[in-house]
Amino acid sequence: MRLAIIATLAAAALAAGCATTPEQQAPVSVEERAAKPAPVETKPIARVDLTSKPAAANPLKDPNNILSKRSIYFDFDKYDIKDEFRPQIEAHAKYLRENPGAKMLMQGNADERGSREYNLGLGQRRSDSVKRALTLLGAKDNQIESVSLGEEKPVCTEHAEDCWAKNRRGDMLYNGEY
Amino acid sequence: MQALLTRLRAFLGAVLLLITPLAAAQLSIEITGAGAPRMPIAVAPFPGEAALGPGITSIVRADLERSGLFRGLEVPPLAPAPTEASTVNYAEWRSRLADALVLGSVAARPDGRYEVRFRLYDVVKQASLGGIAYTLSKEQVRATAHRIADFVYEKLTGEKGVFSTRIAYVVKRGNRFELQIADADGAGEEAALVSFEPIISPAWSPDGRKLAYVSFENKKPVVYVHSLVDGKRNVIANFRGSNSAPAWSPDGSKLAVTLSREGGSQIFLLNADGSGLRRLTSSAAIDTEPRFSGDGQWIYFTSDRGGSPQIYRMPAAGGEPQRITFEGSYNVTPRLSPDGKTLAYITLNEGKFQVALLDLSNRQVQIITDSDRDESPSFAPNGRMILLATVIGERGVLSAVSSDGRVKQRLSVTAGDVREPAWGPFTE
Repeated sequence: MRLAIIATLAAAALAAGCATTPEQQAPVSVEERAAKPAPVETKPIARVDLTSKPAAANPLKDPNNILSKRSIYFDFDKYDIKDEFRPQIEAHAKYLRENPGAKMLMQGNADERGSREYNLGLGQRRSDSVKRALTLLGAKDNQIESVSLGEEKPVCTEHAEDCWAKNRRGDMLYNGEY
Repeated sequence: MQALLTRLRAFLGAVLLLITPLAAAQLSIEITGAGAPRMPIAVAPFPGEAALGPGITSIVRADLERSGLFRGLEVPPLAPAPTEASTVNYAEWRSRLADALVLGSVAARPDGRYEVRFRLYDVVKQASLGGIAYTLSKEQVRATAHRIADFVYEKLTGEKGVFSTRIAYVVKRGNRFELQIADADGAGEEAALVSFEPIISPAWSPDGRKLAYVSFENKKPVVYVHSLVDGKRNVIANFRGSNSAPAWSPDGSKLAVTLSREGGSQIFLLNADGSGLRRLTSSAAIDTEPRFSGDGQWIYFTSDRGGSPQIYRMPAAGGEPQRITFEGSYNVTPRLSPDGKTLAYITLNEGKFQVALLDLSNRQVQIITDSDRDESPSFAPNGRMILLATVIGERGVLSAVSSDGRVKQRLSVTAGDVREPAWGPFTE
């Protein structure tokens, strides 16, 4: 069942990739190159293509790529992942599967109401929940460290529900970004 | 003496409102709450004190007033100025409505230091309650004044004064986080740590020489122990995942912490040097905010194992937890009074986060604040006051409330958000 989902996802992600940004398939991420042994003898000519946008070089940073979406939002007192974030989770799981050298720091956050330490616990529940989803989709446990920032790093500082909703958040950071 | 105590207790009957701005400091304190009528005390200026710089008697008077139990009387210039060696004219002081009187003097010593002598009198009983002589340098004026206030407070109330103790708190100024240490009156603020990342949950070691806290400087919560003597910092818990909520055992040999290394947030025990990790709780819930009881027998903590966050306790060696709080849907941050008889915690009461006190013997709950975003209650080491963080006008401030809820004080810092207070222990 899980394999079937992964296969479908992989196909879908591949199709999406082809349709929108063909140039992003060629480059390999820095992390991946670092993790693989040096190539033996096949040395294609390294082409410099100034016509492609620099941002496209890294799928994690390409605003057109779902992998550039790193935040997942949660309902009040909840830590289950809402359906709207499934494609994002699936894309990151695929990326982690295909880039075994990639590491992720998953930071969970909470809104400001109540105890700072208890809110640290709520943020941890959220980051654990995302990590669990990613590993169920094939990412390795040792690729992801789930931590909590509790209520300490709000992106929005007004004391109202609009703001609190933005702070009930999980953020995915890849190595090199933290 | 007994008469004074009786009178002091009698004063605690009625209630009146007072607003007393006190000596300017980086952290300024004002008494804002409804205090009980206070014992009138005269602290006569000590002849020679001008040589010391900051007025030693005005610091003593401010300390005593801040406790909410005393009212400092204005003393007109007297000639000859009385000292601790003078014969006390009790009738005269009685006519000034003083129940208690402090007389003293300051003399320069040949070695460049100073000698401060003082004596405390019960004006009503016409008796000396004792006195002390201190030798000090100019830098020790504040510390000496706090010692004098502690002596007076203890003689007149029967409980130890906390004017010589220190407090820790975190100030957020712009994008900087400062872990500050100050005297209990907010003066002499000194930053122990300054960081661009958050600092939370400072906890004093029982000997008052170290602080354990959580710093986010590594993009995740890590527990440090920081020596205030030499500024040395040791990482105590930096396991995979989050590390937080440090609490010292009463003998200072162990720390309870919350770790997520095995999934979820669970309470673990460590030696104070970070060795000897042992898991104490085993639940699918959030178990956090551990606190040892004063006798070291129990660990109180917050857990949502019953569906909502409530306070539980378990044997300090680990074991079956028992639930302590039952009223309400949100009870967190347990803090035991120094005598172990009362539990302070934060409760969500009609949409407001407030400080509640639970009498552990009769299970009675009393809410003692009227603010709405209270956090991190911290008992003074004599149990008389509780320091807490709250929000007033969108800004974090510290506030203090007497454990009977009567006296309230506000401590504010200009241009900064203050939070995470922790009242330090008695030190020699």
